[in-house]
Amino acid sequence: MPEGILCNRKPINTEEDLKRLLADKGGKQYYEEMKNLDVDVRALQDTLEKTCKSRTRTWLEICAHCSLCADSCYLYQANNRDPKQIPSYKIQSTLGELIKRNGRVDTEFMMHCMDVAWSQCTCCNRCGNYCPHGIDVGVMMSYLRGVLYSQGFCPWEMKIGAGMHRVYGAQMDVTTEDWVETCEWMAEEGQEQIPSLEIPIDKEDCDIMYVLNAREPKIYPDDVQAAAMLFHIAGESWTVPSEGWENTSLAMFAGDWEACKMNVQRMYDAIERLRPKCVVETECGHAHRASAVEGPYWAGREDGKAPVPYMHYVEWLANAIRDGKIKIDPNKKIKEPCTLQDSCNYIRNHGLEKHTRYIMSQIAEDFREMDEHGAHNYCCGGGGGFNGIGKYREERDKGLFMKLQQIRATGATLVISPCHNCWDAIRDTMEVYEVHDIKWSFLKPLILDMCIIPDHLKPQEEEEE
Amino acid sequence: MIELLSGTLFKISLLIFTVGLIYRLVQYVRGLDWRLERVAYAYAGQSGVLGALWSIFKWLVPFGTYGWRKQGFAAIAFFLFHIGVVLCPLFLAGHTVFMEDALGISFPALPVAAGDVFAILGFGGGILLLLRRIALPQVRFLTDRKDIAILALCLITLATGLIARFDLFAYDFMLGLHMLSGEAILVLAPFTKLSHMALFFASRAQLGIDYAVKRGGASRGPAFPW
Ligand code: HEM
Ligand code: SF4
Ligand code: SF4
Repeated sequence: MPEGILCNRKPINTEEDLKRLLADKGGKQYYEEMKNLDVDVRALQDTLEKTCKSRTRTWLEICAHCSLCADSCYLYQANNRDPKQIPSYKIQSTLGELIKRNGRVDTEFMMHCMDVAWSQCTCCNRCGNYCPHGIDVGVMMSYLRGVLYSQGFCPWEMKIGAGMHRVYGAQMDVTTEDWVETCEWMAEEGQEQIPSLEIPIDKEDCDIMYVLNAREPKIYPDDVQAAAMLFHIAGESWTVPSEGWENTSLAMFAGDWEACKMNVQRMYDAIERLRPKCVVETECGHAHRASAVEGPYWAGREDGKAPVPYMHYVEWLANAIRDGKIKIDPNKKIKEPCTLQDSCNYIRNHGLEKHTRYIMSQIAEDFREMDEHGAHNYCCGGGGGFNGIGKYREERDKGLFMKLQQIRATGATLVISPCHNCWDAIRDTMEVYEVHDIKWSFLKPLILDMCIIPDHLKPQEEEEE
Repeated sequence: MIELLSGTLFKISLLIFTVGLIYRLVQYVRGLDWRLERVAYAYAGQSGVLGALWSIFKWLVPFGTYGWRKQGFAAIAFFLFHIGVVLCPLFLAGHTVFMEDALGISFPALPVAAGDVFAILGFGGGILLLLRRIALPQVRFLTDRKDIAILALCLITLATGLIARFDLFAYDFMLGLHMLSGEAILVLAPFTKLSHMALFFASRAQLGIDYAVKRGGASRGPAFPW
């Protein structure tokens, strides 16, 4: 039962293993080893028996093969209606087969399943809204990913991502020291504009505990600063935890449920320590899904609720504008035509559309909806980990075209995208298809530019000069 | 032959059908797992019930959902066909008399003319479904022999019933075939995709609850905009 040195059934738990896997550029050796990775049929059968229950089995069985789900999938449309991209086919030919054969499958089959699970579905769950039987292929694909992961059939980047969460408690190698330092640095730098700015770390009993995406401290520290400024302007009592600040979950994309649990538990522990009234999360979609929607279940919370309410950034911002905590300067509203990318993870799958719509009504003069939006939006094209997998770059790029057409049809020159994955996908879309007349942005920088900073927060003029 | 089909065989098929589908429903509910599905069923409450009912109801209304409206032809074929296959077996005047005799159960009967119309529409709808299956590449691609066989079985039942009803030709043979194919549907129901007669409601209810208690109900209310 050979397993590879890099490609095997064991999750990454040490920095050493992680570095070794990272050193294999592009996963060359990893994927070579995968070709010889045996399927542990006994374990696979055991997994299927224990975790594949009536909901999934019924879905697979009662599918009418009616193809009413076909057009709902952006990948089907983007791939010239290739029948192999019909949601029903994608799941029947993978998970369906796996169950039919009761796990007696070979390596080649598992690698095929991996290709389908990570390059032909972003788990956006749109198809589930178009199937008369209510068959949610996205949910099943995510389940399939978990099964594949447990057998070691998982894209290189996903294995690394899950390993990052296990080793660093974050999706990137940002240690507690790095994080705390970034906060201090950003607060200090921000004091040029708002002298009283601070980023309170580990302050107990605040109203808000802020959690975010590791990319922000690592690559976009300005975003951390913008968040701090907006909280400060809104007069919030807030804090960030020194540990348990990361709310994303590449582990969820990878199907590493154990790592998912570790991740939310770290955050929930921080809640217990600091006793905030609620948690506000940065502009990231899957992070919200992983920590507020699925997370409570991973943490074993029977009522399906996080220990305190979680608010995605758009919900906090909508409330802050509504309550007058953040005041928009009417002269600085967005004048150019702009549209909004709804993230599947917190719009379709968590119902926050009314908040984003309210924000748009307050900040934009010429807001234009895409044809399919809100709960019926299309995936940005980069969800579910698709953005990050080199092996499937070509497939990802092809899928991006759908969103580009949708954006173009609105005539907008600015796409507002309060989600890291969507933001990346849209950035890459403009690059891949060489579009130069459409910009994209998170909300924070836009709001910071157009909100009124109260006089008492502004730097005082030096009088003696 | 007709006697056997309308007597013992009918009763056996009906028993398999009823027990089988009830068993499937019970097993479905027993197999639900809040940890695996990550849906807090025990905490679903009123919102969960509303979500479930909404999810079923919307899809039973012709053009009631965005999905049905986007696929007008399929929706028409589906509803015509299902009016036939759901209403006719239970409420056709001929059937109610038959069931009263055989089982002592009486259903209210449809007016004879209405029953005829539903059966004809049902057959027409079934033909449209079949055409759709053959003509549209995306449906043809998913179709296997079983799909055709089940649809054909339903069409044969409808057709033979109509031929016998209007006494077009070979009355006894048609009636016998009608009973046989009808009983085949009953027997097959628990073991094939025909189990959707019961499991449709289970599956739709589950997704409705899922959206109502976990995926957005707290913010958008139990009614997902299907
Ligand atoms: C009790 C209520 C029923 C409901 C709610 C229901 C619902 C559905 C749904 C949602 C589909 C998939 C959509 C589609 O194929 O267009 C379907 C397909 C189908 N149903 Fe039903 N059904 C019911 C009863 C029945 C009965 C009693 C029969 C047959 C005796 C039947 C036969 C079929 C067949 C053959 C298909 C597949 C159609 C095809 O080949 O395209 N259904 N049903
Ligand atoms: S719409 Fe539903 S029943 Fe029809 S093929 Fe797709 S998954 Fe199957
Ligand atoms: S979940 Fe989304 S990407 Fe996956 S098959 Fe369904 S519609 Fe396509």
